[in-house]
Amino acid sequence: MMTREDEGRLTQLCRELRIDVLHMVSRAGSSHIGSNYSMIELLAVLYARFLRVRPLDPTWPERDRFVLSKGHACAALYAVLARQGFFPMRWLDTFCQDGSRLAGHVTAGIPGVEVSTGSLGHGLSIAAGMALAAQRDRAAWRTVCLLSDGECDEGSTWEPALFAAHHRLDALIAIVDYNKIQSLGTVRDVLALEPLADKWRAFGWEVHEVDGHAPREIDATLAELRPTGRPHCVIAHTIKGKGVSFMEGELLWHYRCPRGDELRAAAMELDTAGAA
Amino acid sequence: MRTAFIKALTACAQADPRITLVTGDLGFGVVTDFARDLPGQYVNAGVAEQNMTGLAAGLAHSGRIVVTYSIANFPTLRALEQIRNDICAPRANVKVVSVGGGFAYGPLGASHHATEDLAVMRALPGMTVIAPNDPEEARQVTAAALALDGPCYLRLGRAGEPAVHQGPVALTLGRALVARQGSDLTLVATGGMLHTAMHVATRLRDIGLSARVLSMHTVRPLDREALLAAARDTSALFTIEEHSVIGGLGSATAEVLLEADERPAVFMRFGIRESDDAAIGSQEFLRARAGLDVDSITNGVVECLERVRHARRQVSRARARGRVRSSGAAAER
Repeated sequence: MMTREDEGRLTQLCRELRIDVLHMVSRAGSSHIGSNYSMIELLAVLYARFLRVRPLDPTWPERDRFVLSKGHACAALYAVLARQGFFPMRWLDTFCQDGSRLAGHVTAGIPGVEVSTGSLGHGLSIAAGMALAAQRDRAAWRTVCLLSDGECDEGSTWEPALFAAHHRLDALIAIVDYNKIQSLGTVRDVLALEPLADKWRAFGWEVHEVDGHAPREIDATLAELRPTGRPHCVIAHTIKGKGVSFMEGELLWHYRCPRGDELRAAAMELDTAGAA
Repeated sequence: MRTAFIKALTACAQADPRITLVTGDLGFGVVTDFARDLPGQYVNAGVAEQNMTGLAAGLAHSGRIVVTYSIANFPTLRALEQIRNDICAPRANVKVVSVGGGFAYGPLGASHHATEDLAVMRALPGMTVIAPNDPEEARQVTAAALALDGPCYLRLGRAGEPAVHQGPVALTLGRALVARQGSDLTLVATGGMLHTAMHVATRLRDIGLSARVLSMHTVRPLDREALLAAARDTSALFTIEEHSVIGGLGSATAEVLLEADERPAVFMRFGIRESDDAAIGSQEFLRARAGLDVDSITNGVVECLERVRHARRQVSRARARGRVRSSGAAAER
């Protein structure tokens, strides 16, 4: 159970991660900032509370495996890994720069990163393979795969959805960052996913729905996951661009790089949020 | 080849519990015994090749040696991006196996003809590309591919291919096997075409041409030394593959020869020049339509050599009449 202190620390971590991402993306002239911000609380809870990983021993065989299938939102992953001590914070300054180790989509070879992603719809199959290996080895580690909602358009997301349920991979946890906006519009307008929870249920998954910006709720849900013979799907209801008022719910911030006044305004909002 | 493959795979898997076979719901009568005897090393991904390939990446990430198995283009083209991103990029220890290379599934139609797979697989980073020529080669390359740490593509024929090598062969990946010695020209064959090449060599012998025959079971890395030696020793080189002439063995050979100082005076690719999706028939029928039967190749070799000889004769006549100055080294050779 999460104490008030824990919660305070998590809120602080989320604020720092948003600031890290803002500067990384701005310096790189890149974006996907909205996709990063919708999953900040999810990442913070995973790394601060849930995943059994060792920052100083990133390939520890018994570690939980984390696959960020929505690889375009890697700035936030890199930030949380750096803040957890997997690699130096100064690496973040090199994000997307010439000769950097940190590309604009998740790339393996960086401490704490299991696999490269970037093309949508690859992660869940890889995660299912990892979970199958753990199941056959009777290992205790768990596999967590974080997907975007847009990624649920991919047929290759639903192939492992069938597979994982059939093989009762109950140490596999898929988290859908359901921010309701994809590349060219809202999920509802582009390719409707509703009823999304029912779809995962129909595929044989144990489905949990959470407010993806409520650390206490995310933490409680993850902490209560039990092996029931079914893989788990956590549908996290989130807001694209969460944390900066003018980015929230705006498709534009899938693409737009915060600069000048926008950068200052965003930084100020995030800073003030900490003081409040 | 299919039988030789599954026997070799089963033997290796019995000795090494890391070896895992993932099928895309194909291999009736082929994978059945493996599945029964080694259930912990077998999984059926369903009719879902992208999932099969992603699963393989995840299993390999957890220390396994993984074989994905399906037929024709399903394990390759259908899951191409998973192979590129999830297997080749991290150099995952996954062996992509396809049964039914070329026209092996002839009558089933163009969807089942794997005629661009070598080109596509060869272009992927870190990929070793293997297309054995007979069952014995299939047996040996299976064990060799499993012993190699990294991604491989293994293109097999189907069943019932004749044994070509007489007596034992010691196969090394990336090293061509000399199936027959010869001094006038060289035939280089891959992916089940060695048998045809040997017959062509016999026919050429009957008309006084001595043909060396190479089994190029590994298309990548290609045996550069064997090709350059052939170019030096025999001066005419012909590649034979049941595959598009674009991007396969012929293209790979041309790349090696053109970049090297040793160039044969004559070079020609035998392969599929035009896709003929309307054609329906057996592997033998389709090979003949593509000009890949013994008659067509023998004639093609002879015509090509005559054309070059004729051109040379014209050049020397013209020179004798003083119309061409003697400068073309290539024409003189």
